[in-house]
Amino acid sequence: MNTEQETQSIVVAHELPHPPEKVWRALTESKLVAAWLMPNDLRPVVGHRFTFRAQPIPGWDGVCHCEVLAVEPARRLSYTWRGGSDDATHYGSRLDTVVTWTLTPTSSGGTHLELVHSGFTAKNAHAFDMMSKGWRSMVTSRISDVIAKDDS
Amino acid sequence: MADAKADAIFRALADPTRRAVFERLARREHAVKDLTARFDVSQAAISQHLSALRKAGLVAHRREGRQAFYSAKRAGLRPLIDWISHYQSFWKDHMQKLETLLEELEE
Repeated sequence: MNTEQETQSIVVAHELPHPPEKVWRALTESKLVAAWLMPNDLRPVVGHRFTFRAQPIPGWDGVCHCEVLAVEPARRLSYTWRGGSDDATHYGSRLDTVVTWTLTPTSSGGTHLELVHSGFTAKNAHAFDMMSKGWRSMVTSRISDVIAKDDS
Repeated sequence: MADAKADAIFRALADPTRRAVFERLARREHAVKDLTARFDVSQAAISQHLSALRKAGLVAHRREGRQAFYSAKRAGLRPLIDWISHYQSFWKDHMQKLETLLEELEE
């Protein structure tokens, strides 16, 4: 997809005392996912398109557009994670990443859970694109917040 | 911490003239005197705006003889939208929430 561009990944691993089957439920049942992550309409079906709705942050409306890429019950779940909407003209639309959860049973009956969020390019870290149209409205909207904070 | 930086940037860009100066510098480097002419304000006022932008890490300057030249530092906007550090703390926080949820969840 993007072979020339170097990408970066975020890796977060966690040992959980719960069996993989239970962890899997928390990763794939929409209601449970909403309880620890974000409101969503996730279904563990390859090809299913869904969204996560996060708190908007400066420069991003908070909507992640996702598509399920891989489902291996109690072992692996992978979906795309795209910031902004597909027709967004602002830089938020450039976030084109993949989230992969890998579950490995531990000898004590728990789960080694690993999250890899991959596909970040230099562009995602730097704000070069902010020079284009979008940054202005974002700055303007955020300014009022900053001013309000100063007043309090 | 990243928020404090972002606030400094927003504060620097809160002034419409400063924002216009920054946009102009984003296109290309300018000598201070050209900016003064362009914005029809005193050199002292422009210098103040430039100093505010510099403190927020948004512009760089260099001297050539008696002239000072300014240009925008695009990377200066980085604290506003550093996706990698955003998601790093995001996932760590939510992993903790997942753990709490699992404790409450029946087998």
